[in-house]
Amino acid sequence: MSNKLNHSMSLAKPDALDITTKQKIALIIGIAGLFILTLALLNTDFPNKGLFLSLSLGLISIGTIVYSREAYLTKQEGIKNDGQWFKSISSRGLWGWILGIILTGFYIVLYFFEELLGLGQGVDGANTGLISLFDPLSQLLSGRPASQWFVYGTLYTIAILAFGYKFILKYRHNKYQQLRTVSVMFFQLGFAFLIPEFMYSMNSSLPYYDLKNMWPLNYYNFEQYRVDSFINNGNIGMALLIFGVLSIFVISPFLTYKYGKRWYCSWVCGCGGLAETAGDSFRHLSSKKMSAWKLERWLIHTVLVFSVVMTTAVIYTYLGYDPDKYWLTREVFLISIGVFLTIVFAVIMIFKRQELGKDAKYGAIGYFVVIALLVAMHFTGTTDQVFFVKAGALKSAYGFYIGSIFSGVIGTGFYPILGSRAWCRFGCPMAGILGFQQRMFSKFRITTNGGQCISCGNCSNSCEMGIDVRHYAQKGENIVRSSCVGCGICSAVCPRGVLKLENDTMKGRINPTEVLLGNDVDLMELVNQK
Amino acid sequence: MEHIVIIGNGISGVTTARHIRKLSDKRITIVSAETDYFFSRTALMYIYMGHMKFEHTQPYENWFWEKNRIELKKGYVKTVETTSKTLHFANGDTLQYDKLVIATGSKPNKFGWPGQDLNGVMGMYHKQDLDNLEEHAPNNKVCKRAVIVGGGLIGIELAEMLNSRSIPVTFLVREDSFWNGVLPSGESEMINRHIKNHNIDLRLSTNLREIKADENGKVKSVIIEETGEEIECNVVGLTAGVSPNIDFIKDSEIETGRGVKVNRFLETNIKDVYAIGDCAEQHEAIGNRRPIEAVWYTGRMMGETLAQTLCGNRIEYKPGHWFNSAKFMDIEYQTYGWVFSERSKQDTEAHFHWRHKDDTKCITVAYNKDTNKFLGINTFGIRMRHDVFDRWLTEERDVDYVMNNLPEANFDPEFYSHYEAEILSAYNQKLQTA
Repeated sequence: MSNKLNHSMSLAKPDALDITTKQKIALIIGIAGLFILTLALLNTDFPNKGLFLSLSLGLISIGTIVYSREAYLTKQEGIKNDGQWFKSISSRGLWGWILGIILTGFYIVLYFFEELLGLGQGVDGANTGLISLFDPLSQLLSGRPASQWFVYGTLYTIAILAFGYKFILKYRHNKYQQLRTVSVMFFQLGFAFLIPEFMYSMNSSLPYYDLKNMWPLNYYNFEQYRVDSFINNGNIGMALLIFGVLSIFVISPFLTYKYGKRWYCSWVCGCGGLAETAGDSFRHLSSKKMSAWKLERWLIHTVLVFSVVMTTAVIYTYLGYDPDKYWLTREVFLISIGVFLTIVFAVIMIFKRQELGKDAKYGAIGYFVVIALLVAMHFTGTTDQVFFVKAGALKSAYGFYIGSIFSGVIGTGFYPILGSRAWCRFGCPMAGILGFQQRMFSKFRITTNGGQCISCGNCSNSCEMGIDVRHYAQKGENIVRSSCVGCGICSAVCPRGVLKLENDTMKGRINPTEVLLGNDVDLMELVNQK
Repeated sequence: MEHIVIIGNGISGVTTARHIRKLSDKRITIVSAETDYFFSRTALMYIYMGHMKFEHTQPYENWFWEKNRIELKKGYVKTVETTSKTLHFANGDTLQYDKLVIATGSKPNKFGWPGQDLNGVMGMYHKQDLDNLEEHAPNNKVCKRAVIVGGGLIGIELAEMLNSRSIPVTFLVREDSFWNGVLPSGESEMINRHIKNHNIDLRLSTNLREIKADENGKVKSVIIEETGEEIECNVVGLTAGVSPNIDFIKDSEIETGRGVKVNRFLETNIKDVYAIGDCAEQHEAIGNRRPIEAVWYTGRMMGETLAQTLCGNRIEYKPGHWFNSAKFMDIEYQTYGWVFSERSKQDTEAHFHWRHKDDTKCITVAYNKDTNKFLGINTFGIRMRHDVFDRWLTEERDVDYVMNNLPEANFDPEFYSHYEAEILSAYNQKLQTA
């Protein structure tokens, strides 16, 4: 048994797929850019920060661009996955682990030790180190010094832009992939990075608001300080608050109904954007085992329940008791949440009971857990406490374990180990909600082309969400899975043209078959009718 | 409890086993000498290319078999004794069966070339062939050049595999254009150009005379029949077709021709012995099909059918409309219905051929020139819907209907450029000038 089943952990390349001289130069250029950042991190005080920042980001971008052009433009258009399971960095080899450790370390410092990055460490609270290197850019965009989040946002945006370019070249024969990538690049650069900075420079009392980042991914959107500042900012503030609520209850369900959750997860979302671009080289690392799927379903829905209860508790504690002061009292609020969830639950159970099968039981458990928690909240709630702990503590716990550890440290830091969408798959509560909508009420599916599947496994292998696409395709069955983010790579890599992402009628969307198209018509009827 | 033994864990045998399990509680054993678990043979190339690891080519996780009470036995069956219903294994084991399914697939053809069994000469069919290739052609330093003999589907896949590791390839094709016994000339010639675009040294109308060895009995070079030219190489891939892998039953009472002879119920001349997949040979060909169909899909369909028979619902193997697919380097190919090459088509079969100017997309539509009935389509670089063509073939649509409704059959990813309008106008123009 050769075929490199046990990957070499040696630093020397064990395989034939060497990179070209031009690519080596490109790598050096990119590393030089990173080296400037490293020097800044080690407190090198650069004389002209604007120049060195431009140089650093420029070198990183140029390195990535030159590398990608050499990798893809020198070859015919087509699927370019040669050697992905041989290369140390993309097959959990030594380089993969090293990168994973560096990324994880970066996130830990970013979330918990921002002073190491130089935040406010200088005279009069001025920045030093890495953060100070980014001051000129921050001043330019919003007229204030940089923060660790600005540094992170800038690097994040550069990563999506540079690796987005690489991805577009890799899939230059595939318009769906190109458009989708341009879309995530646009939303990251505009909505996540530039617009919030400009909004700040126009009206500094508005909270940072990435418009596309909706609750519950943006779990802090309805905290008191944000809601207060929305309300205190007149029409714009109210418009933002209303938009925040509408995006959960109206805009996202509607778009998900029309196009599936892909409209968000692989066209708009920043987490998805990074996974699809910088994370592309790691997409095949996600586990396709049945056991991983089971874990996924428990984890993601637990996080969803946690985020709903946490948010409810946070809002609940700052609402008043007196209906004369404001119509939305804590009683009204709790009851309306309970009524809303009950309506959703009832509608599903009445109209979709058949489709749910065994999952109906888990759905019911989830529903009753949430209702029980709401009741408990009512009886234990004081002005700042629920369940005998501070609502703030609940929020901090969520922010720490889910917002930081899960989405950042594990979600992105473990790209080279768990694949690019570990957070999206196992943790993101937004993906949980959209996935639920996609599974229940969406026109979206991946259509299987009759009996053409040869069970090769390219689709499953490249699914970043760990869906065993082949399991469906080889049965001639359409893929309707709540976790599918509609990236379309399964369809792209299929050597026989079997898979197509499409929006069509709900009828016949889920079509399990036993005997596939191409066989005896009588046999197909005999076996498939059930 | 009735014991069904299936020899061969490929798509035919495994499909049979799965369907028997759905229909019954019979004891099922699958025997294989090749691998412990079922894998997708068509995916072997992707392991060498590094797209996947071997485990990814296994469609079912390892717990699947025990959970579904499908016993797996690894071993090489040496002889079959049909009177006592016993299998004898190479290691001396025996196994009793009540019903036997032979699903042993194919083996690469060898045509008696001198040197065809040397070290470094291999087919590309079994898992062992892949291991062999990995040993002899791990990179372009160990393997400075490879020569492929035989211009078919496996040959071009092997060329793509070697190309992925930057190993120079010389590709010897007996015909004067790639696979033109099957493909009409317009398509075949487009693929010729595509192969050359990948820097593969394609030699048409070229045969192998012999393979020469170095002092260690390893491949050193090949000699070309027509010119006597010697080409130095370290690996020779023999991909001149496959034939049924049935040597182990030649001495049994089971009737064989090139394959195991079966009737339409996939039964052999011996009661309770059946054969399916690549190794089965129909007494009479079904429709335009060949008596031996060495195709993934037909193996699967035979498996689906035979499971019914074995579980008491005896039915004929009656495949529906022909379809197939392949990928030539970067160009996908699908076919629905029958499109024959110039060499083998009948006089009544006419073709409409359209090719895109980028030279990576084309279609050929076959129709009866007397009745205008649509016979089939080959499509390259444009994905089309199986169910739509299956329906049109059943409805016996004429070629005009098909050409005018082509957009309905499109299966390309969203936002792709569409060519149906261009195709239709080319078609209409051709009608006017014809």
